[in-house]
Amino acid sequence: MSSFLVPLADSAAAASHPATGVAAYGWLLVALPLLGAAILLVGGRRTDSWGPKLATGLSWAAFVVGFLVFLNLLGYAGEERSLSLHLYSWVPAGQFQLEAGMLFDPLSIAFVLLVTFVGSLIHVYSLGYMEHDPDKRRFFAYLNLFVAAMLLLVLADSYLLLYVGWEGVGLASYLLIGFWNFNPSYASAANKAFIANRVGDVGMAVAIMFLFWQFGAVDFSTVNGAVDGASQGAVTAIGLFLLLAACGKSAQFPLQSWLGDAMAGPTPVSALIHAATMVTAGVYLVVRSHAIFDAAPTAQLAVVIVGAITLIYGAIVGCAKDDIKKALAASTMSQIGYMMLAAGLGPVGYAFAIFHLLTHGFFKAGMFLGAGSVMHGMNDKVDMRGFGNLSSAMKITWATFGLGWLAILGVPPFAGFWSKDKIIEAAFIGEGWRPWVFGLATLIGAGITAFYMSRLFFMTFHGKKRWPEDAHPHESPPTMIYPMMILAAGSAVLGLILAWPFAQTAPIVSWLAPVVGGHDGAEHHPVLPVPVITVATLLVVALGAGYAWLRYCRDAVPRTAPVGSLLTRAARQDLYQDQVNEGLLMRPGLHLTRALVFLDKRGVDGAAGGLAALIGGSSSRLRRVQNGLARSYALTMLLGVVVILGVVWVVQ
Amino acid sequence: MNQFPWLTVIGLVPLVGAVVLWLLPPSLADRAKHIALGASLVTLVFTVAAALQFKTDSSAKYQLVEEHSWIPQFGVSYALGVDGIALALIIMSAILVPICLLAAWNDLPAAEAHRERHYFALMLVLETFMVGVFAATDVFLFYVFFEAMLIPVYFLIGQFGGPRRQYAAVKFLLFSLAGGLIMLAAVIALYVQGPGGADGFLLTKLAGIQLSADTEKWIFVGFFIAFAVKAPMVPVHTWLPDAAAETRPATATLLVGVLDKVGTYGMIRFCLELFPGASQWATPVVIVLALVSIIYGALLAIGQQDMMRLIAFTSISHFGFIVLGIFALTSTSWAGSSLYMINHGFSTAALFLFAGMLIARRGSKRIADFGGWQRVVPGLAGVWLVAGLSSIALPGLGSFVSEFLVLAGTFQRHQVVAVIATTGIILAALYILLMYQRTMTGPRPDIAVPDLSRREKWVAAPLIALFLVLGFYPKPALDMVTPAVDAILTSIQVADPAPVVGAAEGSTK
Repeated sequence: MSSFLVPLADSAAAASHPATGVAAYGWLLVALPLLGAAILLVGGRRTDSWGPKLATGLSWAAFVVGFLVFLNLLGYAGEERSLSLHLYSWVPAGQFQLEAGMLFDPLSIAFVLLVTFVGSLIHVYSLGYMEHDPDKRRFFAYLNLFVAAMLLLVLADSYLLLYVGWEGVGLASYLLIGFWNFNPSYASAANKAFIANRVGDVGMAVAIMFLFWQFGAVDFSTVNGAVDGASQGAVTAIGLFLLLAACGKSAQFPLQSWLGDAMAGPTPVSALIHAATMVTAGVYLVVRSHAIFDAAPTAQLAVVIVGAITLIYGAIVGCAKDDIKKALAASTMSQIGYMMLAAGLGPVGYAFAIFHLLTHGFFKAGMFLGAGSVMHGMNDKVDMRGFGNLSSAMKITWATFGLGWLAILGVPPFAGFWSKDKIIEAAFIGEGWRPWVFGLATLIGAGITAFYMSRLFFMTFHGKKRWPEDAHPHESPPTMIYPMMILAAGSAVLGLILAWPFAQTAPIVSWLAPVVGGHDGAEHHPVLPVPVITVATLLVVALGAGYAWLRYCRDAVPRTAPVGSLLTRAARQDLYQDQVNEGLLMRPGLHLTRALVFLDKRGVDGAAGGLAALIGGSSSRLRRVQNGLARSYALTMLLGVVVILGVVWVVQ
Repeated sequence: MNQFPWLTVIGLVPLVGAVVLWLLPPSLADRAKHIALGASLVTLVFTVAAALQFKTDSSAKYQLVEEHSWIPQFGVSYALGVDGIALALIIMSAILVPICLLAAWNDLPAAEAHRERHYFALMLVLETFMVGVFAATDVFLFYVFFEAMLIPVYFLIGQFGGPRRQYAAVKFLLFSLAGGLIMLAAVIALYVQGPGGADGFLLTKLAGIQLSADTEKWIFVGFFIAFAVKAPMVPVHTWLPDAAAETRPATATLLVGVLDKVGTYGMIRFCLELFPGASQWATPVVIVLALVSIIYGALLAIGQQDMMRLIAFTSISHFGFIVLGIFALTSTSWAGSSLYMINHGFSTAALFLFAGMLIARRGSKRIADFGGWQRVVPGLAGVWLVAGLSSIALPGLGSFVSEFLVLAGTFQRHQVVAVIATTGIILAALYILLMYQRTMTGPRPDIAVPDLSRREKWVAAPLIALFLVLGFYPKPALDMVTPAVDAILTSIQVADPAPVVGAAEGSTK
């Protein structure tokens, strides 16, 4: 393992070029959507008519800038692809000196393209989806704010600036989950998301302080260059705090509880923020901090364990949900678990974590938009037990969703086959017990994924129709359909393009190599032969999908959920995560604050009041004070001060 | 230096304005608030002009210095001067006063219009004393301003406050006087120990005097108690929620946003600068108290039913951060604490003043009396949320930079303390978001009130602009305070801990 790390450290220390040409205007990536948000929010009702279109246009403009920077980056040779753009002196405070700057490298540009492209498509989709909402303008303002913050997150060249984007996306997420906060439970969902994220943010903040303490700086290049000098304990601690941050943002165990409730937000939000982009920021953080994690095997192991737990956890929860969005949310959690696990594997996994992140961004966003389209046609109903045979009424939604379904299942040659199977292979690499435990976890996860996604697909689009007579499912308008088709196309072919099996190394691997280090698969053999893993994966997927077909397509689906087994009931309750949080944190916290409020009134204030009475001479006088003679009393006190001053003066 | 007495003028303009208000013929009484606002704006102009005279690269300890003998028998001088920290606080005060006056525009109902001049005059007098207390470089003069500030605040609470105003005003006065008297003893003791003479109270004369360890400790404690009451720290904080809840939002802003800063400012200027040895002796206790303030204040804020009390408790938590940064004694934490004083002034102002706008519309301070107001007053709801987010130090807004610097600087010396303090950011999210949820979300209530008026937009706009500027471009403010921070830390011979990993190359990228 250690021999493998050496070239990495070198590549991490490689200096960046100053950004020239188009990249010098890279700040526009953040500025354009931010401008949109500002105009729409400050402009108020005046912008109602054209604001949403402006926001959509600015999002596309950001995509164009991102694409031009990508082309600019392509012009450099592999190892040279790292452009830094200095912006201005941000926090010059004593020993702490920090410049605001951006870093354009293969990793950040991959995110930029994903965020701006999928984000812009979802802007377009929202033009249709939110058409009749009276607060449409505010919705687009928040979407633009989100895009700006997300781009800042991935383009920042220091941890502190990344943190600004990190909380910025959290804010946008909070605002959008609570977009319909006249519904009290939606408002609670928004709070829950923000607070769970804040728990993670403590990890982020402490990690940054730790970096400053250790290295005297918090920018990526200094930190990456100095990691080798730090003690094992320090890098492990930093890695674990960063992992805590990642768990919050990416809804990983044990901070996963907010994601299901976050589905309270409008469906385009679920697609963009809570599936394709923001929730993957934790994976980005781990990969971006690869220098730290590579030096801290214990922290890496923790990442892998968190990923493995979450991928199984989410998959189990996904099997029991009847709410189409919550089922997709559980799936998102599980898929990010795969990415985390891959990121924790180190250099053999980084590229595949990002690879799966990109394909997932397409197929999951596509499926969420499909779910939105279904809801659009079904009066915002989300209970899949009230769907069935919708393929007859919504052909395009069915087809686009179907491609996403094939992609997440990992059916060749669709996207997931390339990206998820690579993670499964990578999980089988290693020595001792780990490859068996983690490899089998990913393999079993793939089977469960196939089951719950097929269940979702069949319950919604196939079997017998279970919707009431007054529902009139219909296909959605073109603004919604076209984004779904484009994402479906991506679900179909993106994996093949990025993996391109006929090249010597997969394009995605060689593209990311300058950032995360080369990955030469030949050196690392899985404990099982690759063909065996592939066949086994396809087998469990077929089993999972087949079982789902038997139960939810061939057999009739009851309109009301059966009582179910113990596990099913637990999974419906998200494996009791809320009950645990409530019992361990919320209730004790509530009692603590109440007790303290009481104590502060009776105890602390009482003691202080007693002291005041003592100074005043007697408590009866204090009572007189409260009876209205306050002014004379207080003035007496002031007079007393003056007299003392006078006496002192005379004595002098 | 320059001959123009900038600081005296800045202090004098509002005082003149107040006198004009009191002498105003009844026929012009309805112009009182315009005159007051005008006076405060002139003060702001002078303050900006003075700030432009200030050289951040100067090696002088104090700038814009004025020194005149006042009571030579007693060693008292009329001595003013500012370093970057003091100037930043004066600028903050000068910005806040016109905003507060504008926010207080309609505080008094038409029936009480005759009291209006008195109300606005008191706020102007308070501004005079606030400038004086930050500008004084003579310990006795500082003390005079320190006590004098109580008078206008006492009347502002006691005459213009809510139903329990008398109780709150007296409680405020008793706490402050108790602290003040202890400080007076310390002030006199300090003079006795000092070189004495006709200008023996000058800070420059008193800095670096040799004191026996015990004497230093006693005098330090005298000052510290007064400042801890003012700041306020747990357990001497209980006057603040009452005072803030019973007074008008504009007064609460000046009280918590500016007046209380005298406590933390005094800790830097007097406790640390004059008694570095005793300060280090007391550090463990103070840091624990600061930590308690952070967590305890936040927990109590979560449990409050009254908006104004809630905001007061958030301030107790924030003052905990400021004190923590001061006693962590690193250039980073000091820059953070100095900046935090400024940011806290603005974000607390926003919270109090916007709460005031809500209270004026609803006629109640009780959080439970609201709910669903985002649909009623979307503009006010928006600025209310921004104010809350600034209070919880959301990155991108001013408080974030300062809170992070405090914590990062503290972390260099006290890792466990910093980590515990950092959990305060979760509690902060709780108290603000729960308040927002209870006031703004939920079904639309059956109530019709207007959204932000033009005047209220003028109150909100500068505050939000300041949040953003101080969040994204805090450099001007940091450039102002950091030379002062470095100078003080050098003078008390405190060096920053070096990065653990040997002088990381290019650490100051």
